[in-house]
Amino acid sequence: MKKLSARRRHPLAALVVLLLALAATGGLYAAFAPADKAKADETAQSLAIDEGKKLYSVGCASCHGTGGQGTSDGPSLVGVGSAAVDFQVGTGRMPAQQPGAQVPKKKVIYSQAEIDQLAAYVASLGAGPIKPTEKQYSPEGADIAKGGELFRTNCAQCHNFSGKGGALTHGKYAPSLEGVEPKHIYEAMQTGPQNMPSFPDTTMPQKQKQDIIAYLDAVNSEKTASPGGLSLGGLGPVSEGLFAWIFGLGALIAVAIWIAAHSAKAKKS
Amino acid sequence: MSTTTTDERREAGNGEKFADWADGRLGIYTLAKTNMRKIFPDHWSFMLGEICMYSFIIIILTGVYLTLFFHPSMNEVVYDGSYVPLQGVQMSEAFNSTMHISFDVRGGLLIRQIHHWAALIFLAGMFVHMMRVFFTGAFRKPREVNWLFGFLLFFCGMFTGFTGYSLPDDLLSGTGVRFMEGAILGVPVVGTYLSFFIYGGEFPGGDFVARFYSVHILLLPGIMLGLMITHLILVFYHKHTQFAGPGRTNKNVVGAPLLPVYTAKAGGFFFLVFGVIAIIAAIASINPIWEIGPYRPDQVSTGAQPDWYMGFAEGLIRVMPGWEINLWGHTLVLGVFIPLVIFPLVLFAIAAYPFIEAWITKDTREHHIADRPRNAPVRTGIGVAWVTAYMVMLVGGGNDLWATNFHLSLNAITWFVRIAFFVGPVVAFIITKRICLGLQRRDAEKVLHGRETGIIKRLPHGEFVEVHEPLDAGQLYKLTAHEQTRPAELPAAVDENGVKRKVSAMEKLRVKLHKGYFGEQSQIAKPTAEEFEEITSGHGHH
Amino acid sequence: MSSQDNSENLPSEQDPEHGSVERARDPFADPGLPPHKPRVQDIDEAAARRSERVVAGLFMLSMVATVAFIASFVIFPIDKIVYIFPFGHVSALNFSLGLTLGVALFAIGAGAVHWARTLMSDEEMSDERHEIAAPPEVREKVMQDWADGVRESGFGRRKLIRNTMYGALAMVPLAGVVLLRDLGTLPEDKLRKTMWAKGKALINMNTNEPLRPEDVAVGSLTFAKPEGLEEDQHDFQTQIAKAALMIVRLQPENIKDKRELEWSHQGIVAFSKICTHVGCPISLYEQQTHHVLCPCHQSTFDLSDGARVIFGPAGHALPQLRIGVNSEGYLEALGDFEEPVGPAFWERG
Repeated sequence: MKKLSARRRHPLAALVVLLLALAATGGLYAAFAPADKAKADETAQSLAIDEGKKLYSVGCASCHGTGGQGTSDGPSLVGVGSAAVDFQVGTGRMPAQQPGAQVPKKKVIYSQAEIDQLAAYVASLGAGPIKPTEKQYSPEGADIAKGGELFRTNCAQCHNFSGKGGALTHGKYAPSLEGVEPKHIYEAMQTGPQNMPSFPDTTMPQKQKQDIIAYLDAVNSEKTASPGGLSLGGLGPVSEGLFAWIFGLGALIAVAIWIAAHSAKAKKS
Repeated sequence: MSTTTTDERREAGNGEKFADWADGRLGIYTLAKTNMRKIFPDHWSFMLGEICMYSFIIIILTGVYLTLFFHPSMNEVVYDGSYVPLQGVQMSEAFNSTMHISFDVRGGLLIRQIHHWAALIFLAGMFVHMMRVFFTGAFRKPREVNWLFGFLLFFCGMFTGFTGYSLPDDLLSGTGVRFMEGAILGVPVVGTYLSFFIYGGEFPGGDFVARFYSVHILLLPGIMLGLMITHLILVFYHKHTQFAGPGRTNKNVVGAPLLPVYTAKAGGFFFLVFGVIAIIAAIASINPIWEIGPYRPDQVSTGAQPDWYMGFAEGLIRVMPGWEINLWGHTLVLGVFIPLVIFPLVLFAIAAYPFIEAWITKDTREHHIADRPRNAPVRTGIGVAWVTAYMVMLVGGGNDLWATNFHLSLNAITWFVRIAFFVGPVVAFIITKRICLGLQRRDAEKVLHGRETGIIKRLPHGEFVEVHEPLDAGQLYKLTAHEQTRPAELPAAVDENGVKRKVSAMEKLRVKLHKGYFGEQSQIAKPTAEEFEEITSGHGHH
Repeated sequence: MSSQDNSENLPSEQDPEHGSVERARDPFADPGLPPHKPRVQDIDEAAARRSERVVAGLFMLSMVATVAFIASFVIFPIDKIVYIFPFGHVSALNFSLGLTLGVALFAIGAGAVHWARTLMSDEEMSDERHEIAAPPEVREKVMQDWADGVRESGFGRRKLIRNTMYGALAMVPLAGVVLLRDLGTLPEDKLRKTMWAKGKALINMNTNEPLRPEDVAVGSLTFAKPEGLEEDQHDFQTQIAKAALMIVRLQPENIKDKRELEWSHQGIVAFSKICTHVGCPISLYEQQTHHVLCPCHQSTFDLSDGARVIFGPAGHALPQLRIGVNSEGYLEALGDFEEPVGPAFWERG
C-alpha cells in the first residue's frame, strides 16, 4: 500500500487513474446498460403493442375482428406473426380496398413505424414468423446460381423464369417480383401470403432464401442486362410472336409497298 | 441508256465468249430467251412470297453458322462460361454450347437472334402469303398443285421451327418436348411405342437433341428446299397472276421485265429483308435461354408457350375438356388425342379448299386474274371464318398471358375460347359476306354515279348536292371486269323423252352449294351497259 | 390487247348445265393499257442525276456500315453492357454489330430499289399467256408413245414379271423399317414404375436432406425426390421425370377424400408433381383453396379431394404416394405409386 501511495505523485499516476476510471465506467456501463435497454425495450414493446392496437382497431378490426380472431371478411390473425404484417401492410396490400379474387399491391399508407406497431400488436396475439432482420434477407455473399436452381424448382412455376409473374385460377395471379424489396420477398417466402404457399426455414433454410433473393436481384432488377436488346416483357414466345408479326412482318410489308408503288410521275406542264 | 464506250464493248466481248461457252454446254440461251425479260406484275401483296423465300435463305445462312458452334449432345456438363447466374449449374452440352454461342462467341448472339427472328417472320410471311393467295382465288387452275407445295412448305416449316426451338434444351423448350411426349403417348394403340422410339427409350433419355438436330438441319430443310425450288419454277412457268385493269386480261401479264427492273427490285428486296431482320436482332432479344435455364423434367415456368406458329395447336390442347375413356384395360385419351387430330385437320381443310371449290364450280378454265375478295363473298367468308378459328385458338394458346395482362380470369378465357371456336367462324362468315356484298354495291354505285368528290354544290333553287365525278374508262373496266356466275340448276326431273333422270345425292349437294356461292344472296349483279347508258345520258350526273 | 383475240385458248364460257356462265357480258370494253407517263427523271436529266447520287450514296453508306461492323467487332468486348434508350441495358457488341450489319444490307437493297424505281424504264410491258394444256395432236402423240412403250415392255402381257416386281418393290422397304427397331427400347412396364419403393425416405429437393413431418408446415409447399437419387447420376433426368414429388400439409379435417387421408401422415400428403395431362411439372399450389394448377395447359386439381381434376384438359387425378414415418422419425414412402404417373397412354387401363 505504501508503495502505491508513495507513487501517487508520479507524473503518470493521473493517467493510470484516468484509464482505470474509464475502464470501470465502461465496464459498469457494459454490465448495466443492456439491462436498462432491455427494460426500456420492454416498455417500448408494450407501448408499441398499445399503439398498434389503436391502429388496428381503426384500420383492421372491421374485417379481422376486434381481437384479430377473424370474421367472414378476413382471416384470423392469431399466429400469423410480425413478418406477415410487415409484408401485407408494407406492400400496401393491407388494408384491402375491396373484395376480389386477390388483394393487389398498392400505395403504402402506413409509415414503417406504424407498421412495426401493428406488427407488434398482431405478434402479441400468437407466436408466428418474426419480421426478419437485414442480416437475414441481405443477398450479400449469396450463391446466385444456387438461387437460380432453387427459384426454378420452387418459384418459377408461378412467378415465371425471372419473376415476371403469371396467372392462377379464377383471376388470381402470382405478381411480378420486379422492384419488390428483398425484405418483402423474404417475408413472402416465410409467411405465404394469400394463396402463395409458405417456404418455412425447416424446408428452405435462411441461406437458400438469400440465394433466391440474390438470384432475383441478378435477373430481375433495374440494372439487369438484357444483352440481346428489348426484353419484350420477359414473357417468352407470345410477346416475341407479336413483335415478329407487328414489327418484323409489318416493316417488311411496308418495304414491299414502297417497292411495288408506282414512282412519282412528272407533273403535266 | 448511255452510249457504249470501247472499253465496255471489250468487256462485253469477254462476257459473250463465256456465255457462248456456257450455252454450248448448258443451253442457257434457250432458257434466257423466255425468261430474261419475263414480266412480273407489280403489287405489294405479290411480294409476300419473296419475304418468305428470303427469310428462308437467311435462316439457312445463319443456321450453317450456328452448326459450327452448337453441340447436339445431351451429355451433362457443369457450366463455367461467363454468365454468372448459371455458373456451376448442371446442364446438357446442347444448352452449354448455346450459352457459349450467346456469351462467348463474338457475334454469336446476333446470328442466333437473326436465325430465330427470321424463323418467326418466315412462318408469319408464309401465313400471310397463303392468305393472299386464298383471298384472291389465285389457287385456281392451273395453280392448285403449287398451292399444295406452298401449304407443305408451311406445314414443314412449323415442324422445322419446333425441332429447332427444342435444340437448346432449355427449360421452356424442354417443357414443349415433354408436351410432345405426352401427346404421342395419347395416340391409341401405338402411342407408347412411338414415344419410346422417338426418345430412344424413356423420356427424356439422352437422344432427342441429336435426333431433332438431324431432322432440323438436314431432313426437313432438305425437303423444304426442294419444295421451294419447285414452287418457284412453277411460279415462273405459270406466270404470275395479276389484278384486272385496263390492258390486264386473263391472257396476258403486264408489268416490269425480270431484267433489269425485277432483278433490281427482287434482288434489292433480299437485302432489305436481311437488313430489317438484322436490325430487329440488334434491338430485340429473342429466346434468352440464360434467363430460362437448362431443362429439368421436374422444373417449369409459368407462361410456358411454344413459338407463335404452334400457338394454335397449344390453344386446342389447352381448351379441350379432359375426356378419358377406360375400357377393357385400355385408355383412350380423347382429351389429348382429339386436339392432336383436329390440329392437322384444320390445316388440311384450308389446303383442300381449292379442290372443293373446283368441284362445286366445275370450272375447268385457267384463271390468271386475281379476284378482288369482295367479288367472291362466300370464299372470302370461308377464309375469314378459318382465320377466325385459327386466331381464337391462338388466343387460347396464350390464355394465361391474356389473363394476367388484361386482369381476366383464366377459366373465363378458356370458356370463351371453347365457345368462340364454334360460334366465331359462323359469325365471321356472316359478317364478312355482308361486308363483301356491301362493297360490291358500292362498286356498282360508283360505276353508275361516279366517285363522290366531297364537293357540295348549291343549285340555283337552293338545293345542296354533292358533285359526283364520273369514272374514267379504265376504272369503269376495272370495277366491272370480274365475272359473275349464274347459279347451277338441277336438270329437269324428266328428260325430253320422258325418262326419269337420276341425279346423285352428291350432285344435289353440289348444286345446292353452287347456289350458295352464286345465288342472289351471294352476289350483287354488276351494272349493265344499258343501265349505265340510261343514267349517264339522262338527267346528268349527281 | 383486248380480251377477244385469242379466246380459243382460254374458253370463257362453259356448258350451262355446270353453271359456270357469266351472267352478263362485261359492260365496259377494256380500254387497253394506259399511255405511259414519264417520270421526272425521264425528262429532267438533273433529276436523274439526283437519283443517281442518292443510289450511289446508299451504296456508299453500305460500305461505311460494313467498315463500322468490322470496327465494332474489334472494339467492343463481348461482355460490355451499355444503356441505350429505349432498349435498356444491352450488349454493346450485339447492338452495334446488328445495327451496322442491318444498315449495310438495307442500304444495298434500298439503293437497288431506288435505282429500279427512278432510273430504269418504268414502261409497263405485256407478255402473252399460253394455255398450259397441250394441243390435241401433242396429247395424241404422247398417248401413242406411252401405249407403244407399255406394249414393248410386255408389262401387261407378262403378268408373272409384273406381279413379282410389285412384290419385290413392296418388300424391300421392310429392310429399312426393320432397321428402325433399335431407335428405342420397348415400353414394357417402364411407364408404370418409378424409383419410389417401400422405405425410401422423402428427400427435400432444396436441402438434399430427408424430411421430418414437423418440417412441413400447413400451407407450405415442398418438393421431394426419392432417397438415393442424386443430380449427377446419369439417369437423373429420366428418373426425376417420373419420381418428382410435391408435398403439402393440410389440416386432416380438410381432407375430403377418405383414401387420401389414409395415405397421408398427419395431414401431410404427397402427390406426383407430373401432370396427368401431358406431363408438365405441375405445382402452382394455391394454399388457401388447396388447388394446384398446371402452368402449361391449366389443368386444375383439388389436393384436398384426392387431387381430382376440377378444370382443364387433364383426364384423371394426380397419383398419390402413400407415406409414413420411419423409425428415425423421417418421412418415407410406403411403396411405389399404385398407378402410372404422368400422361395417360393406351395400355394404362
